[in-house]
Amino acid sequence: MSVNRIKNLGFPLMNLVKLRGTPILQQLVLEEKLLRNSSENWCIINNGTNVPTIVMGMSGKPCELLELGSVIKDQIPVIKRFTGGGTVIVDKNTVFVSLICNKDDVPNVQPYPRSVMAWSGSLYSDVFNGISDFQLRENDYVFGDRKFGGNAQSITRNRWIHHTSFLWDYSEGNMSYLKLPSRVPQYRLERDHTDFVCRMKDYIERSVFIEKTINAVGTQFMLKEVNLNEIDDSYGEHLESTRLLTMNELKETLAKTTQIESISQVG
Amino acid sequence: MACRLLWASRVASHLRISVAQRGFASVVLKDLKYADSHEWVKIEGNKATFGITDHAQDHLGDVVYVELPDVGRPVSQGESFGAVESVKATSDINSPVSGTVVEVNEELTESPGLVNSSPYEQGWIIKVELSDAGEAEKLMDSDKYSKFCEEEDAKH
Repeated sequence: MSVNRIKNLGFPLMNLVKLRGTPILQQLVLEEKLLRNSSENWCIINNGTNVPTIVMGMSGKPCELLELGSVIKDQIPVIKRFTGGGTVIVDKNTVFVSLICNKDDVPNVQPYPRSVMAWSGSLYSDVFNGISDFQLRENDYVFGDRKFGGNAQSITRNRWIHHTSFLWDYSEGNMSYLKLPSRVPQYRLERDHTDFVCRMKDYIERSVFIEKTINAVGTQFMLKEVNLNEIDDSYGEHLESTRLLTMNELKETLAKTTQIESISQVG
Repeated sequence: MACRLLWASRVASHLRISVAQRGFASVVLKDLKYADSHEWVKIEGNKATFGITDHAQDHLGDVVYVELPDVGRPVSQGESFGAVESVKATSDINSPVSGTVVEVNEELTESPGLVNSSPYEQGWIIKVELSDAGEAEKLMDSDKYSKFCEEEDAKH
């Protein structure tokens, strides 16, 4: 028996899907489908998405979170995803890592948000070992007190997903489509966006990050690489909640918001 | 903790039921039934009221949003009918018994934190008309549920 087979004995299997430039809507729809309809573990890495896209959490309200006028004018796609958490604008310089697990395959982790979050922090501590003061701070990955990774989760009866968007690099212009949210982490203090976030590229090579992430996951799971086109279509039957908001919806929201603001000013 | 015990006693008194005192553990009310996914159900004739337990709300953290089903929607035992959002997570709410939704707690739209502060009273989530009253036999009573929670927490 080889050393690798001995080493992997007892580890649960995890399918590894490596993507590059896949549209974020396609990635999220796939993740929701696999969470709900698969009984296997999955690690999905998407090395950048194709076009700048705004992605809101399940309860996100466009009028509160987005500069709707600019978003509509510039035709920026807006997606509402099936997980919780906040709003991000993603593009080719965002690296996505998603982990979908059966709770029984990660028995030391309770299927609750804080427990899953702590487990992820420990996993990424291995990835960023020796790199400039990495930590999980509240629910963000930071170097020092600057955020470079945002997290979100969805938890079902027996499975959960923890997915992260890593800011490899970002455009200041794109950030201007987002409003300052009402709920911010305490450690943010009063900082504006440019003082709050940092670029991962200033700390680690992109390919090194991906390789180290795969290695870190491989210390807990037996990884098997799977191509996107091998993923069974029969996973497809479920009620999706991830969706692209239409421009008409956004325009109607803007119109209502403007009307309410006008009335309150006159009042 | 003293506040939580006082709250539990007040709830129990209002509902005219007794409460299991579990020291530092979460509150479990007698005369309710419990699912292993941490929902509680109160059955009155052919109607039932559901919510999530004190154990669940404590482990989930501050609830910031509750996704409610539409009135008239069928629900099936063990299957998801809605979700709560807390921290950065959406967590399924599973139906303890099968039936049809007849009322949802609209207050949770403006005040989702009621699920945390009053999980057995003001934080109720939906009411259903039961389709199979016998399904409640599959659920746990308060003693079994208390033990279930202790065993689950002890594993981690």
